[in-house]
Amino acid sequence: MGKVNIVAAINQALSQEMERDGDVVLLGEDVGRDGGVFRVTEGLLSKFGPDRVIDTPLSELGIIGAAIGMAAYGLKPVAEIQFMGFIYAGLEQVFSHASRIRSRSRGRYSVPMVIRTPYGIGIKPPELHSESSEALFCHMPGVKVVVPSTPYNAKGLLVSAIRDPDTVIFLEASRLYRSIKADVPDELYSIPLGKADIYQEGKDFTVVSWGTMLHRAAEAAEDFDCEIIDLMTLRPFDEEAVLNSVKKTGRLVIVHEAPRVGGFGAEIAAFAAEEAIGYLKAPVLRVAGPDAVIPMARLEDHYMPSRDRIRKAYETVMSY
Amino acid sequence: MSIARLAAAFNCFLTHNILADRLRYMPIQTIEKFEVKFLQIINEKGEADGSLVSSFTDSDLKKFFETMILARTFNQRALSLQREGRIGTYASILGQEASQIGSALAFGGEDWLFPSFRESGVLIARGYPMWMLYRYWAGDERGMKAPPGVNIFPMSVPVGTHVPHATGAAWAMKLKGHKKAAGVYFGDGGSSKGDFHEGLNFAGVFKVPAVFLCQNNQWAISVPRKRQTAAGTIAQKAYAYGFEGVQVDGNDITAVYRATKDAVDKAKRGEGPTLIECFTYRLDDHTTSDDASRYRSKEEVEEWKGKEPLIRLRLYMEKKGVWTKDYEDAIAKKALESVDAEIKKAEGFTPPDPADIIRYTYAEPTPRQKRELKEFGWEK
Repeated sequence: MGKVNIVAAINQALSQEMERDGDVVLLGEDVGRDGGVFRVTEGLLSKFGPDRVIDTPLSELGIIGAAIGMAAYGLKPVAEIQFMGFIYAGLEQVFSHASRIRSRSRGRYSVPMVIRTPYGIGIKPPELHSESSEALFCHMPGVKVVVPSTPYNAKGLLVSAIRDPDTVIFLEASRLYRSIKADVPDELYSIPLGKADIYQEGKDFTVVSWGTMLHRAAEAAEDFDCEIIDLMTLRPFDEEAVLNSVKKTGRLVIVHEAPRVGGFGAEIAAFAAEEAIGYLKAPVLRVAGPDAVIPMARLEDHYMPSRDRIRKAYETVMSY
Repeated sequence: MSIARLAAAFNCFLTHNILADRLRYMPIQTIEKFEVKFLQIINEKGEADGSLVSSFTDSDLKKFFETMILARTFNQRALSLQREGRIGTYASILGQEASQIGSALAFGGEDWLFPSFRESGVLIARGYPMWMLYRYWAGDERGMKAPPGVNIFPMSVPVGTHVPHATGAAWAMKLKGHKKAAGVYFGDGGSSKGDFHEGLNFAGVFKVPAVFLCQNNQWAISVPRKRQTAAGTIAQKAYAYGFEGVQVDGNDITAVYRATKDAVDKAKRGEGPTLIECFTYRLDDHTTSDDASRYRSKEEVEEWKGKEPLIRLRLYMEKKGVWTKDYEDAIAKKALESVDAEIKKAEGFTPPDPADIIRYTYAEPTPRQKRELKEFGWEK
């Protein structure tokens, strides 16, 4: 047990799963010699060699497409897409193939791979390095979407993602990579996919969030007696945990940084309306980014839901 | 000497010297060259290259001929079933039998194939049950569940985007130390996709045991081959990825087999991938939903009908004394009987279970899917 950040926790998960399972291979741009642009794969090339930690051409479609073939044949590829904004080039591979090869072949072939990619606002980079497009993948049956929020759950969730028999999109909040340190067991452990974490118990209202915004939503909850759910897996999300909490509190606020329109908060809000309308005392509120593209560094703090905007939503639901 | 004249003289000296330097030290050099080979063993008149054709035994030739007859019979029956409303939209392989069967037979059973949607001939040559293909074209996805031991990926409907999958599978074979190859089929249209580029580029960089089989049938629905690329051949694109590309007469089954077998053997020796362009022709419409007379001339189609693969093989086999009319009548009858039995089996098959819509999304249905199975009445 030692205090580590998310970068180190993910590195541990990769390294230990690779030791345990010789079929796990890493591929992506700069993941080998450079250890990844965030150094997540640091040291793995020297430990596992160039056949298992593979620097690829600059080719997101090629990385995902080749990983599909590798996975179907029997390897467990963990592909890194350098930034979420670059995954768009490979969407066809995810949407038209990875997500449906099991179905297309009626179970004869499957694609057990992980696509890791940093997402979200927070490191003041150039354009398209701060995307938060999780909703695109959440709409696609056949893939799973996982967003860790702490070093502990990053390690445990990644281990489960690698062992999962289907394609998992694993979104790592770039803002959190080095900003939190926490105790992480040295040994391998896994956290099941599809289960949420009750980050904080409370009784007045429920907050559902994930990744970076979970922490801001929790900070904004000072002086409120609310229950905070860290969704962790967005597809399939833990409906039971959300439902139980909403039934208890009667109020729901969803906080995410992605644009509000068509964002994943809409699905959770609709779910609450369908399943828990009789329990709701207040309108379901979403605190999200505006209906606009995510801006570059100078405006990103304005884009991201602020503590004030989140508190205002909390106050609004409590006014009912 | 005035300053102006001095400057002019200096300028002249400078110019002269730079030119001289260039001529002396920096000639333009050719740093890369490539040549594209074209392979044909039996021409459209049935004349063969004696040395190349000698590796084929009578029984090889019969196997080629009989498999092509079987695939053509399957294809003709599929077209009639579509007209009768017994199957849905179907993509005919007429004219491409040699490209498909010659190449498919060159792979071993342990190799993996990644077909596109116009590859019934490939699947039939590899022993894929025809009744399952009919089920598939009738809209029953169970038809794409390859039987155990038949290493064929489901046909890719999105054009060309399955090319990187073969690269990945071949790469996995290499990393696992398995002596196998992966083959992938796509058309001239598919070669325009970025997926083609990225798939071949990876294959070259990582030297994987893959064989890329372009079925250049001259038309991508209504768009001719010249609109897909300004390159003289599709085969030459391989050289940009650092490996060999070859064009073969795609209507000569012996040439297609020879080129593919060489590429498969080379891949298994660890010598990397090959691109094979099978130069052939789609004699039918793109699919049963298309009308090719809108965009190409009768004359062109007629000309290619004379070059189709069965004619030349028949002529050559006849010259060798391997073909007789009775022989062909007998195998045609056998093919028809076998295809009819397969259709009967396909049409007698149980209807698909609506729960299958959900069942194969994930290894295990999600809690929501479990509720949906009940909600829709698909599972009690």
